[in-house]
Amino acid sequence: MAVIRDVMPAFDLLQPGSATEAQKLLEQYGADAWVMAGGLDSFDWLKDRIKKPKVLVDLSGVDELKGVHAQGDGVEIGAMTTLTEIANHPLIQKSYGVLAQAVELVASPQIRNQGTLGGNVSQDARCWYYRGGWPCYRAGGNICYADTPVGRNREHAIFGADRCVAVHPSDSAPALIALDAKFLIRTPQGERVVDAEDYFVGPETDITKLNILGSGDLLTAIRIPGTWAGAKFYFEKVRDRNVWDFPLMNVASAIRLSGNTIDQIRIAVNAVAPRPMRLKAVEDAVRGKPADADTGEMAGKIAIQGAVPLQFNAYKIPLMRNLVKRAIAPPEEAQWS
Amino acid sequence: MADGATVDLSNVESLKPRPFGEGYKLIGRDFSTSDLVAKVTGRAKYAEDFRAEGMLFCRLVLSPMPHARVKRINAEKALAMPGVRAILTPSEVPGHADYVNDNGQTIKADKWGELALADEPMYQGEPILAVAAVDELTCAEAIEKIEIEMEPLPFATDPLESLRPNGPNARLDGNVWAPDPHSRDSTLTTLKWTKDDFAEYDQGRLPMGSAPEKWSYGDVDAGLKDAALILDETFLTPDVSHQCLEPRTTMAYWQNGKLFVYTGTQSTGQTVPAIARWMQMSEDKIVFVSEYTGGGFGSKITGAQTLVIPALLSKKLRAPVMMRISREEEHFIGRARPGIRGRVKIGFARDGRITALDMFLVSDAGSYGSSGDGGSCGSITSLLYQPPAMRWRNVTVATNTPPRSAQSAPGGMQAIAIMEPILSKAARKLGVDQVALRRVNCPEGKAEYGPANHKGERAHVTSCYLKQALDYGAEQFKWQQRAAQQPKRMGTKVRGVGAALSCFHGGSSGFDGLIVITPEGRVRIHTGIGNLGTEALIDVHRAAAEVLDVPWEAVDIVWGDTAKNLPYSCHSGGSQTIHAMTRAGHAVGLECRQRLQEVAAKALGGQPEEYEVANLHVVRKGGGAGLSFAQAAQKAIQLGGIYDGHEVNPDVNKVTKQAAIALAGQGLIATARDKYPHDGDSFSFLSCFAEVEVDVETGVYRIVDYLAYADVGTVIHPAALRGQVLGRSTLGIAHAIGQKWVIDPQYGATVAKRFYQNKPPTILDVPVDMQWGALNIPDPETPVGARGCGEPPVGGGCAAILNALSDALGDEIFQRAPVNADTILTSYEAGRPMQEALTAHI
Repeated sequence: MAVIRDVMPAFDLLQPGSATEAQKLLEQYGADAWVMAGGLDSFDWLKDRIKKPKVLVDLSGVDELKGVHAQGDGVEIGAMTTLTEIANHPLIQKSYGVLAQAVELVASPQIRNQGTLGGNVSQDARCWYYRGGWPCYRAGGNICYADTPVGRNREHAIFGADRCVAVHPSDSAPALIALDAKFLIRTPQGERVVDAEDYFVGPETDITKLNILGSGDLLTAIRIPGTWAGAKFYFEKVRDRNVWDFPLMNVASAIRLSGNTIDQIRIAVNAVAPRPMRLKAVEDAVRGKPADADTGEMAGKIAIQGAVPLQFNAYKIPLMRNLVKRAIAPPEEAQWS
Repeated sequence: MADGATVDLSNVESLKPRPFGEGYKLIGRDFSTSDLVAKVTGRAKYAEDFRAEGMLFCRLVLSPMPHARVKRINAEKALAMPGVRAILTPSEVPGHADYVNDNGQTIKADKWGELALADEPMYQGEPILAVAAVDELTCAEAIEKIEIEMEPLPFATDPLESLRPNGPNARLDGNVWAPDPHSRDSTLTTLKWTKDDFAEYDQGRLPMGSAPEKWSYGDVDAGLKDAALILDETFLTPDVSHQCLEPRTTMAYWQNGKLFVYTGTQSTGQTVPAIARWMQMSEDKIVFVSEYTGGGFGSKITGAQTLVIPALLSKKLRAPVMMRISREEEHFIGRARPGIRGRVKIGFARDGRITALDMFLVSDAGSYGSSGDGGSCGSITSLLYQPPAMRWRNVTVATNTPPRSAQSAPGGMQAIAIMEPILSKAARKLGVDQVALRRVNCPEGKAEYGPANHKGERAHVTSCYLKQALDYGAEQFKWQQRAAQQPKRMGTKVRGVGAALSCFHGGSSGFDGLIVITPEGRVRIHTGIGNLGTEALIDVHRAAAEVLDVPWEAVDIVWGDTAKNLPYSCHSGGSQTIHAMTRAGHAVGLECRQRLQEVAAKALGGQPEEYEVANLHVVRKGGGAGLSFAQAAQKAIQLGGIYDGHEVNPDVNKVTKQAAIALAGQGLIATARDKYPHDGDSFSFLSCFAEVEVDVETGVYRIVDYLAYADVGTVIHPAALRGQVLGRSTLGIAHAIGQKWVIDPQYGATVAKRFYQNKPPTILDVPVDMQWGALNIPDPETPVGARGCGEPPVGGGCAAILNALSDALGDEIFQRAPVNADTILTSYEAGRPMQEALTAHI
């Protein structure tokens, strides 16, 4: 049959007013339902006519999923809170600056006004073969088009390849892992709380999706504990364009120092593997070491151990090494006259 | 007066910049064009904004394969759907046919030419079928019910692979376009190089087998022998889609035997003959409406298959049909600049002067047409760097990739991108300042270029003051201070500066003007120019208003609809509009003035030359009786004949004649053709400068500053010129910093079809405060002195960035553009280029 990659297919639009109602609808319609937050990922799929759900559950009217709320010594962010609100929120800026930085570098102002935190962490892979409707492993086929001798894979994975070499595209995900965030999920069996890094799944677990959400599951909020409030943070995103671009790579770290010695650290990178990578080996290696260039160099070398480049993405290895180095020991700000 | 374009050419070096507007009331001064409010408020109607009663929609089916034959189409299920009205198949579109051009010459049918729908698609994304229905959702659902059986055919996406022994051909009957010895056209041939020809491929050097296209002048071998330095460099320029903001949506309907077409093109007037050719019908049966066009850049010069499909479906269904084009479709059918693989061997004297230049090009022509970019690449190189001896060889290879067309500075952009990094490298090796090296190679005055013709004569330009543009640009950019700045490295950041020369065609001639002085006393200027966003549509008429010495507020411009009787005007390609149509405006201004003087003499006595025209009156010199424009128009109507359009100036084109006759009796009607002599070719020139800051740990760089300084003759509208100089510089910068195609060669398929994937630059990718300047020295061979500036900045924008990058990082970083973090990081770490130099579309 002929293909057209335009014009959104017809579906029933369901607009629940509460999280309970939303979760019930997702449960009721199961695989026939598509859950939509800000719509930035959804509309691409729908307008390309690659995804054709019977019903679309639009969360935009669920006010209880919106907002940034102090909770104990931490903060809870509703899954439908816009990236702009998070970037501008005084508490996030003051205590969890790494998240404010990360979400402020997502896409463009217009997209951040519409895009949500829940959507940003739950978005699908951006591999151009997969998004173009090619019948690859991730789409249920039996080939990876990017991982061939001439496949165009400049933006693809150097870690975690398992048939699929797509990377996870989120900017907020590594920041949330660095902050040891917890993801609150409402499921048919009740509420479930998972660590940030456990929210994401690689192709070895399930090649058809990037997170643990199952049929009938709804991500309702992300809770950030006070553990890392006011820590020393680092976030950097490398991209081709200065706006409206997914990361070639990003890195986020949270560090507690005693003097100049690293007491505690969490560090994560994204766009290097099908899921955001928490670098536990790096954390273990640098704990107790001075936060200086030598430690950074060592951390960078540890981070890239086991990396496997594809035909056109070998640059990601030195890039990851250098970003991890910087996340441990940021460079002096160069000052030009 | 508009006749201020005088300049002393006896000492070109002594010419200095002139203040904008000096000697004029309107020319050189800023103003708001009359279409501006509609554009910024959204009132402007682009093609997609029009509606007609009973209008249907149609959508396209695109080929999923890069080369195939459509064997069978079964649309039974689609046609049975409620709301589906018809499909259009390749067998229903007009085939290849001869046509007669404006000069009465019969142009033979191009058997390799593109048709509106293809039964042998030559690229993935080529339209093979269209479906019309009551709405687009029905169209889409119907398309998904159509069965199409296709037979895959051999394909080629890489021109060099096609040239290898036993390499694939893009077409069943050949792979290379070669000059036809019996005409000025190209003909498709088969060319394969030997295995030995490819010996240097793996070293990143362009193979140089036999080339069907070649010319030379001077003694290249002797020039190279005498050189103090010889560089032999390979560089690959990117294929870049035009990506106009407005996709090429079209609405069409038939009424009383006439075809009405609404779309955006780069010409209102000249699109009509193009539609006539595509539809194989008479021009006088076509009405074309194009009030606003959301960018063209060479991809919408006149008609295209997107006009034909709704027109044919409308005829078939007897109902208006609109075809909207999606961004993905635009990527396929919206045209692109051909990438060129270039290898250049240049000899330099110790002071940096070029002694000889040997250029070898492999141009990717894509799926249709032979592409003139390779030829233009040679001539622009010859002009801009003035080598005393030059050899040019070119191989234009057909590939199964989306069709190419002219894109801002076609061939010129590639020439400059290929040449400039070599000049920068030479300056470093010779220890010569970058600006100084360019200055000794700069064209000047009536500079010659290209090979000699059959009479032994070389072409030359009308005027060139590029040395001044280089000097004043370098001064404004503070080149010397920046180039001497130390340290270049601070922490992980390295800074570099780059200078580049740039030029492209800047004008044509021979078009018409048409003015109506209405009985209400208004000055109504009709124009067939397209409104593609450059403001040239309006700006050029300042020349006529200046000649008539009328306040701008009394002038109305009529454009955008051929039913409104528009004169023969240039299309806005080749940066010709400002030059061509200020000439036509000047001519018709003088004609109108003459007619006003004659009318006054007939009404009030005396001789025409005893009257003068100013401030909407024609009055006896030295005071006395006179007529207002309103009275003159009423008198002209009474007089009839040549004064009110019942007779028309015999010099003008048939299109202008028809327009004037249709307007007859509406006022004093003046028409004129630009017959001003000029013996050179019009080119505009710029010097471009950039500073970049590179983070060597990430490969990310930012453009710190950019400046372009223009030699474009008289400045007509400073704000619009600024937009052109910096906007088109940004288009060039796009080629350096990221815009690209990504094609999987195994499947011949484009994979980067969205802006976030093919990465045209955003406003945040260029400096906030880009700078510009212009000499405002008039061109001596055109009455107002103005030349075009749409395209000339493009190559310089790209090359200034590339040169700044190599200043920061060294010469061993990149061999192709765009240059991104991946290239910089890996090459800088390795100390040598780490790209697969000759691999494109990554």
